[in-house]
Amino acid sequence: MFWDEKAECMSREEIEELQLRKLQATVKRAFDKVPFYNKKYTECEVFPEDIETLKDIEKLPILTKDDLRASYPFGLFAVDQKDIVEVHSSSGTTGKPVVSGYTKKDLDIWAELIARGLKMMGLDENDIIQNTHGYGMFTGGFGVHYGVLKIGATIIPISTGQTRRQVEIMNDFGTTCLIFTPSYGLHLGEVAREEGVDPTKVGLKAIGFGSEPYTEEIRQRIQESFNAPAYNIYGLTEIMGPGVGMECCAQNGLHIAEDYFYPEIIDTNTNKILGEGQKGELILTNLEREGMPVIRFRTKDITALHYDTCKCGRTHVRMERITGRADDMIKVKGVAVFPSQIEKALLKVSDVEPHYQIIVTRPDILDEIEVKVEASQSLFFDGVKEMMNVQNKIADYIQNEIGIRVKVTLVEPKSLPRATKGKAKRVIDKRNLH
Amino acid sequence: MKIKQLSIFIENQPGRLYKALEILAQEDVNIRALSLADTSEFAILRLVVNSPEKGMEILEKNNFIVKLTDIIGVELDDTPGGLTKVLKILNDENIDLEYLYAFTHDQTSKAILLLHANDLDEMINVLDSNNVKIVPADVVYNL
Repeated sequence: MFWDEKAECMSREEIEELQLRKLQATVKRAFDKVPFYNKKYTECEVFPEDIETLKDIEKLPILTKDDLRASYPFGLFAVDQKDIVEVHSSSGTTGKPVVSGYTKKDLDIWAELIARGLKMMGLDENDIIQNTHGYGMFTGGFGVHYGVLKIGATIIPISTGQTRRQVEIMNDFGTTCLIFTPSYGLHLGEVAREEGVDPTKVGLKAIGFGSEPYTEEIRQRIQESFNAPAYNIYGLTEIMGPGVGMECCAQNGLHIAEDYFYPEIIDTNTNKILGEGQKGELILTNLEREGMPVIRFRTKDITALHYDTCKCGRTHVRMERITGRADDMIKVKGVAVFPSQIEKALLKVSDVEPHYQIIVTRPDILDEIEVKVEASQSLFFDGVKEMMNVQNKIADYIQNEIGIRVKVTLVEPKSLPRATKGKAKRVIDKRNLH
Repeated sequence: MKIKQLSIFIENQPGRLYKALEILAQEDVNIRALSLADTSEFAILRLVVNSPEKGMEILEKNNFIVKLTDIIGVELDDTPGGLTKVLKILNDENIDLEYLYAFTHDQTSKAILLLHANDLDEMINVLDSNNVKIVPADVVYNL
């Protein structure tokens, strides 16, 4: 099933021709309307007229999250604020959040791309879609919402949480599609069984899941738990939100909507462009976005691209499941955690930054974090009670920073591994997600 | 009068206690008394040794975290009821004890009780006025 067969099955030549035209227009608009790009491109001595082929995009500087943050809140907008009809934002846990602005047309494109994905999942106007993504500044809730309206299906905008109510509604309303994060989905399945509702009997046709790392094993567990195929949805606030990439019935990678985004894969260390099938960091460019064109954004997500035509008939490039991060970010319980936040918390309890290590485990379904901290003179007291207090105090500070309770363990000095080359290994992710 | 005790942070891992004690043995630091407060993840090893400063120095050189903590030693009759007699006094006078441990030695028929409290000076006063004999630090180090 296609939402827009013509767009989704264009030949490679047609795609590239369209991309070049849109890229040239986007770079020109960005250069003319956004002082940030004007300054940056002028400094790099690259100008809109230098983009003569798609390959010329490589002349443009790569943007980082810090570049976007420096433009907080509205510095990257390419239209008057009056033309922005909606804003979303990242959680801002590591500093200023990144704000994403949308014009009416941008929202329509967003809806269009989600609609394509819902069709890929085999859904249409007859379906009842229960969206457990949070409604608010998080792009997940509204992005999916607009797409469901677009295909004319019924949306249940229940948002996140209230798990027992989710179960009741799913059962009573006859939900045919659930949208969730993998960990919440597994939890929802368990609660349903506790409540005496068999999730395999609800009549689900499909599941859309995203915004968390997952493995094929987790996908299998979700599919078994609900007896429905589960499709990954990829997106990020900076570029649009969910819908940048969506999985089709082949379940063999996510189709990136190439008429709206230009993906590249680079070697994280050298920034060298890598070829088809090679693993590296995904770089994304908005090819058609009025409100906030983002050009060559480092996503930090590690994946590979495949250009052969998919079994489903679509020609749009497929990206592999995200298998890692180019930075230390870890997603725990759906929350992005950076080691720098842990460092910040540790500096509050001790003058000298203690050595630490973050260990993430998933004993069953839910993630757990343990932070090992090397004890020091200032963190050591001659009393068990005081030592317990130190551990609790550190856990409090960390919770303040990241919003999650972690287990803090004090360990002996020099017992944690030191950096041999470059950065120390601060994060041990034992969840086997990659 | 106050005894300098070594308080050492030890991870609750196989071999860590041995490592700390081995280092002291190699440098001829002799242990007079020992106690260990342990939790599932870490322990605090408390030692009275013949030469506290030297002990601290070599442990720190070997990356242990060590603090010198003041404690008091009192002399007890090494007979049934010897310990409870002292504890009753502290209890009656509302002294908040943090921890204690005791050891005997072969020079007298007395035992030595090592005490730590929130307010050490107050405890000394209480013990003094109840005629409990406080053992000078030097004596304990050199037993």
